[in-house]
Order: sequence, then C-alpha cells, then structure tokens
Amino acid sequence: MSCSADHSESVDCTVKPPVFLQIGDAKGDSARSGVCVVDVTLPHGKPINIEKITFKNYYTAYVTIRLLRRKAENEGSAKWCTALSDLALMDNPHTEGGSQNYFSIHRRQMQVEPDHVESLRLILRQPSSAWRLFNLEEIRLFPHKEPAPVKEVSDWLSNLIVVKQPPDLEGLPDPQTVSSSIQQMWALTEVMQANRTTASIGRFDVDGCYDINLLSLT
Amino acid sequence: MEDGTDLSPSIAQIVQRLRGSHLHSQLERQAKDCLHRPEIKLESLKEDVRAFLKASGWEKRLQNAVYRELHVQLPQCHPTTPAEHLKEPLAYMRKAQASWEKRVLKSLNSMSTELGVPLARMRPVGEQKDLTNKWNEMGTDEPDLSRFRPVYAPKDFLEVLISLRNPNHDSSEDMTVKSHWGLIQVPLNIRDIPQLRQAYSELNLNNGQLGIDDHAHVHPDLFENNYVQIGKKVVVEQDSAAAQQYSRRGCPTGLRSDLWALTLNSTNQPQDVMHYEQLKAGVIQHDLLVDYLIYKDVKLTASNDDYYFVFEDFLYQVMLCFSRDTAVLEHFKYNSATPPKSYIHGKVGNEEFAVLYPPNGVIPFHGFSMYVAPLCFLYNEPSKLYSVFRMMYIRYFFRLHSISSSPSGIVALCLQFERLLQAHLPQLFYHLRQIGAQPLRIAFKWMVRAFSGYLSTDQLLLLWDRILGYDSLEVVAGERTAYVRTQFT
Repeated sequence: MSCSADHSESVDCTVKPPVFLQIGDAKGDSARSGVCVVDVTLPHGKPINIEKITFKNYYTAYVTIRLLRRKAENEGSAKWCTALSDLALMDNPHTEGGSQNYFSIHRRQMQVEPDHVESLRLILRQPSSAWRLFNLEEIRLFPHKEPAPVKEVSDWLSNLIVVKQPPDLEGLPDPQTVSSSIQQMWALTEVMQANRTTASIGRFDVDGCYDINLLSLT
Repeated sequence: MEDGTDLSPSIAQIVQRLRGSHLHSQLERQAKDCLHRPEIKLESLKEDVRAFLKASGWEKRLQNAVYRELHVQLPQCHPTTPAEHLKEPLAYMRKAQASWEKRVLKSLNSMSTELGVPLARMRPVGEQKDLTNKWNEMGTDEPDLSRFRPVYAPKDFLEVLISLRNPNHDSSEDMTVKSHWGLIQVPLNIRDIPQLRQAYSELNLNNGQLGIDDHAHVHPDLFENNYVQIGKKVVVEQDSAAAQQYSRRGCPTGLRSDLWALTLNSTNQPQDVMHYEQLKAGVIQHDLLVDYLIYKDVKLTASNDDYYFVFEDFLYQVMLCFSRDTAVLEHFKYNSATPPKSYIHGKVGNEEFAVLYPPNGVIPFHGFSMYVAPLCFLYNEPSKLYSVFRMMYIRYFFRLHSISSSPSGIVALCLQFERLLQAHLPQLFYHLRQIGAQPLRIAFKWMVRAFSGYLSTDQLLLLWDRILGYDSLEVVAGERTAYVRTQFT
C-alpha cells in the first residue's frame, strides 16, 4: 500500500504487508508469537529526514521503530538503529483502550535523529492472545523541514510595490458623512451586543408538516 | 500520541467556544466600562483591568465557564482523527450504534404511518391559544394516547448490548470462567476494587458521608454542622470546581440546588430565561410526534410514582421544551449517536431543506422523563429546572442510552456491575444464573434510569451528588451491586 494516499505533505513510500513471526517448524505445529514486522521502504536513492510518523492502530500493544540510516547524506554504508523502543499504544493489551486510536510519533520522541533514513522497520507486539489480528494502518511519513529564516527588513522593503500616484478618490462619498453613519452603526451593534443571546432555536418553518416515512440517519 | 504536554489545542478550542458566548460580550463590556475608573492607569492598563475583573467577580465567572467547557470538551486527539472516531473510537461500536438507530427510526416511522400522525405540523391558531392557556396544567387535558407506544424500552436496548461482539476478539482463546458468567462479552477496560477505592477515596466510610451516619470517626451531628458550614462557604465563593469537589461526600438538602447549579455552571441569567421562553414558543407553534411519546412516557412512569406524580406538569414543560432545543445538538460531537434527519414537506432529498428530527436530535424512550423528575424536588422555576436538566443530560444521561466504549457509557457500566457482583457476591450471581434470572437483566432498567424511580428520592439525590462530584456515572455500577445485595440477600 502507498503512504501518500490523501496527504499532500507526506512522503511517497511503500508499506509492505505485515509478516507474523511464528513459533515452531511445520505449518501445523506453528503458534502465534505475538510479534509482527512491517517494513516501510522509500524510493531508491531518496533518503529523507523524518519529522513525524503517523498511523492508526489496530490492536497493537507496543511498537518499536528501527531506522536504516546513514550518518550523513552520502557517507558510508547505511546502518540499522532503534529510534523508539516498545512504545505502548494500548492501555492494557487485553482490553480495548487505544486499540483503534490514531497516533503520531514526532522526531523529538525518538532516541536518535531520524535523518538520512532509507528504510523503516516497525516491530509490532501484542502479548495478549485475545485478538485475532493486530497491525498498523494508514502509515504516513512526514519530512522534516528546516524553519524558513526570518527575513531581514531590507528583504521586506525590496518586496514593497512603490505606488507612483495617489489613488483616484473621484466619486467617493464625503468622509464626514461616512464617519457619522459608521458611528451610528457602531452604536447599534453595541446595543445589539448588550442584548445578545447565544440561544439558537433552529428551524421550525416546516410549512405544515415534515414528510412522514422519511426519517433517516445523516 | 504526542507527549501530551501541548495544551494549546485544548485552550484554542475552549477560547473558540467561549468567544461567541454571552459571557464574552459581558466581559468585553465590563472591561470597556472600567476604563473610566480612576484606579485604571494607562501605564498598567492590562494589569489594572485584570485586577478589576477579579475584584468584581468576573474572573470567577470566566473560570467557571472554562471549567464547564473542560467537562464537555472533545478528547485530546491526533489532528488527523476523523470526526466519527472522536464520537466513538471503536468501529464495531459505531456500527452497532448505527444499526440500533435504524431500528429506532423504523419504529418511529411505522408509528407515524400507521397512526397517520405527521412527524411535525404547525398548530392551528386556536390550538396554540389553548395550549398557551393550559401551559401550567397540561396534565389535565392530554390527547388520546391509547394508540401510542414507547419507541423502545430498556430491555430492547439490553438485547443489543448482549449481542455486541468485537469481530477481532478471539473468544476461543478466552477460557476464563469470568467471561462465561456475564452477559456482556466486550473486552473493555474496567476498574477492579483496589482501583475503585483509589479513584473514589472520598467515599471511604472513615470519612464523614452525608446520608450515612455510622462508621465515621466524627460524631454525625458535629460532622454535619461543620460540613454544612463549608458548603455555605462554597456557595458564597461561587467556585464550580470547589462545588464539584464538595459534592463527593454528599450535598446538604438546603444547599443541593445551588451546589448542583454551580457545579454545572447553570447560571439562569436573563438570556437563559429568554432561551427557555423561545423554546416554549416553539412548543406552542408546532406539534411533534415525539410530544405524544413524551406524554405517554410521563403517564406510564412519573404519574404512577408516589414521589413524582405531583410534578407531572413540570415534566411536560421541560421535556417538550427539551425536544425543541437545538443547543442540545452540540453534544453529538462527543456522543456516539447521530441525530435523525427528515425533510420539509415536498422537498424530499433536497439537502437545503433537511431538518434534524426532533430538533434536539434525541428520541425519547420509555423512562426518559425520569431523568427530569428528581430535579423537580430541587428547582421550582421552570427555566432553572430546564437548564440544569439540559446540562445533566449532555454531560451524563446521554451515555445511558447510546452504545459506546466510554468508561461512563452503559456498556462499561454493565460490565463493571457484572464483574463486581461476580467478585464479591459469587454465590448470589451463580444462584441467579442457575434459576434463569441473569443479574444484569434484573438490574439493567435501574441503571438506564440512573436509579430514578427505584431508589427513594433522598437516596437518589445522594447518589447523583456523587455522579456530579466525580463527573462520572461509574458510581452507578457500584450502587447497583449494593442494591442487588439489599434486594436478594
């Protein structure tokens, strides 16, 4: 599945299907281990600096995030490191709290700077056997953007448009008249404000009646 | 989730909600007016205006308003969380609620069709005059209700809760005896006894409790005298947070109405009275099908109750006004339910002419009027009674008839009750099951009504003190366990 489904800011990446770790050799012998791995790959040769990772939980109790990253842009081989270890997503693995919540993990929460990242590995854990499946949905990565430098005054001045001639005031009403009428309006709004109520009555103009048999959910 | 240290979204939300309020315009006016006062200096304008607002009691009013907003605020959530998820995070609960609503609407629609009664109609002028004249004695001349029936009763709702299942829950793995004893099979996180003791520490019998004379270290008379004095101070201070904290150990009868209104920040200002009058005008102008459901409900419940039959007219007034109050729609932002929709006559399918029905979005069920009845003992002014009831409803009572995973929701309360009863009265629980009387089936109707009509009024009001004091319906589950014990042991 693709990460950038409906978020213009998020990075284009591929979320691979979850791989559940099994205990035991033969298929018939295997038991669920409660651990699952989700790999998120970025387009080849396009490492990113991560600002945050967002996702919707689906019955995952804990998540560990590992990053494949380089020290600097084109420096040495990429190494795996743990950015976040066993972040609890559910209040209690055996009960519903947090099981379908939305989360975002910001770079400031991570143990390492998530820069020059080539790939992510999410290790999901669910120690409770109460749930059939667990996963993370709608995984999105957002790139880190350096804050724009504050413009100097000279920059602002250079952007100003110099007005060559004064605006044409022909045909505009007398400022004195406008001023007095605005004062009257202001006085009226003051009166209105003094008597203002938050009461909202809604619409009762039903022209006789509502149609029957048309009650439906919005 | 982000660290949780960032309060700015909560603050922004509260500021936005208060900005359009009457309180905001009053504060602005006070601030402007105080500029003419000699103690306001230009060089320390901000501080001086603040000091004036504090001294004149306006700061306290603002604090109370903020405190109220905190109670009805949407939960702190991830920015991309969809609105439906804010209403209810669990998809299968949302689905169950939607399915239940369809059933209720089908029932209402079929009643409308069968009886030939429109959902809403404009009353003829003569009828409007009649209703205006008999507004204070509506109980004497209600319409023929024999053909009307409640849209649903608590037992219908219980069946839905019993059938509630999480499709991702592996019940084959769940071999604990506990899960097979109870009717509610949803794995919600509920507190056990040690956690409850910690959360409700003020209810420890070593502390003085109003309405309970034994086990306290202090002599009951002495405790009550001191306690009433503190209560009077709280009322004088006009502090919502203090009133709420005070209610945890029960409110003295003479102070309860003031303390509850203060806790709920129900001020009964002129604009509140005006709002009530506007709602009353709405009742007089239009006749709704739900009005008959309200009449029927009052007749079946409060009118037959030894405590509440005298309040019949009050109940009609409050309930009919409540059904017209579009301000109630605000609570659907955090209620898992969705208000039903209809169309103005001849404009079917045209969204411009869509209306919510009833205007407050709440379809009354059998026993609904019992949420209002106990409040009639506290408030004899209809507008005050109305505003307190509305706040109680949008804070607490709506949770008792909607399907949600909230700790104060009916599903969690049922589960809490079953677990407590199993843990502390296992023989009783087992015996009731053996004879085919599941404890929850017996107790459910008590809880849906928050015990109104089942406990004597003095006991009920003491229980509701705790609901307000702890801002949670969780105490209802504990009360039910105790009540079962008194009924069956």
